[in-house]
Amino acid sequence: MTTTTEKATWRSSGGVRGWFGRQPGWVRGIIVLVSAILAFLLPYAAEVPLIGPQIVTEGIDWPSALFNMSYYVLLALGLNVVVGYAGLLDLGYVGFFAVGAYGTALLTSPDSVLYADTGWKWLMAVPVALALTMVAGLILGWPTLRLRGDYLAIVTLGFAEIIRIFATSTTTLRGDRGFASIPHPPGMWNGKPIFGVTDAVPYFWLGLVVIILVILGVRNLDRSRVGRSWLAIREDEEAAEIMGVRTIKYKLWAFAIGAFIGGLGGVLFAGEQGFINSQTFVLQFSILVLAGVVMGGSGNMAGAILGGALISYIPDRLRGISLGDTDLYEYRFALFGLVIIIIMVLRPQGLIPSRRRAMELKDREKEVAPQ
Amino acid sequence: MLLEIDNVTLAYGRIQALHGISLTVGQGEVVALIGANGAGKSTTMRAISGLRPVSQGTIRFDGQDITKLRADLRVIRGVSQSPEGRGIFPGMTVRDNLEMGAYTRRNRSEIDEDLDRAFTLFPRLKEREKQPGGTLSGGEQQMLAVGRALMSRPKLLLLDEPSMGLAPMLIQQIFDIIVEINQQGTTVLLVEQNAQQALSRAHRAYVLETGRIVKEGTGAELLHDPAVKDAYLGVA
Repeated sequence: MTTTTEKATWRSSGGVRGWFGRQPGWVRGIIVLVSAILAFLLPYAAEVPLIGPQIVTEGIDWPSALFNMSYYVLLALGLNVVVGYAGLLDLGYVGFFAVGAYGTALLTSPDSVLYADTGWKWLMAVPVALALTMVAGLILGWPTLRLRGDYLAIVTLGFAEIIRIFATSTTTLRGDRGFASIPHPPGMWNGKPIFGVTDAVPYFWLGLVVIILVILGVRNLDRSRVGRSWLAIREDEEAAEIMGVRTIKYKLWAFAIGAFIGGLGGVLFAGEQGFINSQTFVLQFSILVLAGVVMGGSGNMAGAILGGALISYIPDRLRGISLGDTDLYEYRFALFGLVIIIIMVLRPQGLIPSRRRAMELKDREKEVAPQ
Repeated sequence: MLLEIDNVTLAYGRIQALHGISLTVGQGEVVALIGANGAGKSTTMRAISGLRPVSQGTIRFDGQDITKLRADLRVIRGVSQSPEGRGIFPGMTVRDNLEMGAYTRRNRSEIDEDLDRAFTLFPRLKEREKQPGGTLSGGEQQMLAVGRALMSRPKLLLLDEPSMGLAPMLIQQIFDIIVEINQQGTTVLLVEQNAQQALSRAHRAYVLETGRIVKEGTGAELLHDPAVKDAYLGVA
């Protein structure tokens, strides 16, 4: 139902989004296909004359920076389901990323207490680790979904901290020592493993494939009854309930799906790094991903993707650039904060906003300051 | 009786909002609930639609006990509410708002019929069909909220302050429509601060004061009751 009327609204709008909406189906298809192909060619961006060298990172290997971007984008897409679609403010999203990564580590790493019984390959561990994150999503969701707004945010914050502290202080999860030798994803090419230690390009491509699958999955959900229910809950939870939306059920769904996507990020991360410890999953991480979603345009997948990519790219790009004696990387968070502030002042609705979200924001302003 | 509320109490934390309320709404009636701010009118509505659990007492609808039934299942049974302060979905178009009202229904051709009916009742909404709900004026939003509540084909329509914040002309108009909806066969329970309009349009009415029902009677009786006149009609 949303498709026809929603399209009508944004087709008539200005900007890139409006222009895109006015194109016939095949033109849009080609644009999407070309951008996907270009994304796969990103590792060779340095070859592009003039612009290429400006884009690629200097202080960090470019394919590694791209891989970092890919899991940040995944996390942003997942958090966008929770925050952008269902409107549930989750400040502890890193918790799910951690559960995915730890799940993989426990099932595969020689350092794990389970190693004698499991010692699985990476691919075998993936479904189990993902199931684990979904369960974690439900466990967090069930008792907390009666809470709203700020209260929910505080509880999710606590959840992520519990996971981090648990990982730091229990012997099973090995704290700082972490888990080493987590196996890489499988596959051979010309007698050599595809997913090796030195070349990050295959990992980036794997990340990209996962991202595309997630986009397709979320898009389908968004256009279904589930998406309609999320939208109604986000816009007015009480009104949704009296329309007959079973709000608890759909909020749990949002948490579980968000957790699943966050877990995917964790599983990929563990498979690429081969090592994880409790230092990886700091609170800052959650805040950063949330900043990415909001900056990109909450409630809009293109926005979440752009935001997720930027929060990873900007600090990585600053690495290795020095101004006099100081490495700009040292000031990455200060500079990054500045960039966020500028963006949010100039474009409070996000870089690629969802038109609906813009409308809701306006509606809320009225609530805050009536007449 | 379509709706029977028996001795219902309800509390927000330690603050008791309803102290044992009993009321009935018969099939085909328009019943009004009037009272001052904080008397418990909206709370009664929330208890009926299932947004708030009651502490004691029973709510029976269409012969069945729905006291503990989930809100979404009450919609399927035929209870539909137009909430206080309108509660429309600001980012959805007018049409999508109406479609949300039919959330529990599957029969596309019936939904389309009801869309037509809503647009006939409120021609203004037809003009604004593709506009986001948040861009409508207060009166239009009120029409949208009522139209949306009708989209579930309710047996009982709960209207919480349909005249709130509207210009006198529009108030007249919205009450005309409420009467029309009722004549088409929907039972209406109406909460109002505008006692004059509510009492002159309702078959029966209850007066609520600090969580208790202090008076009941036909609309005409209460309209001429000296105490009611004094307290709610602003004429001594």
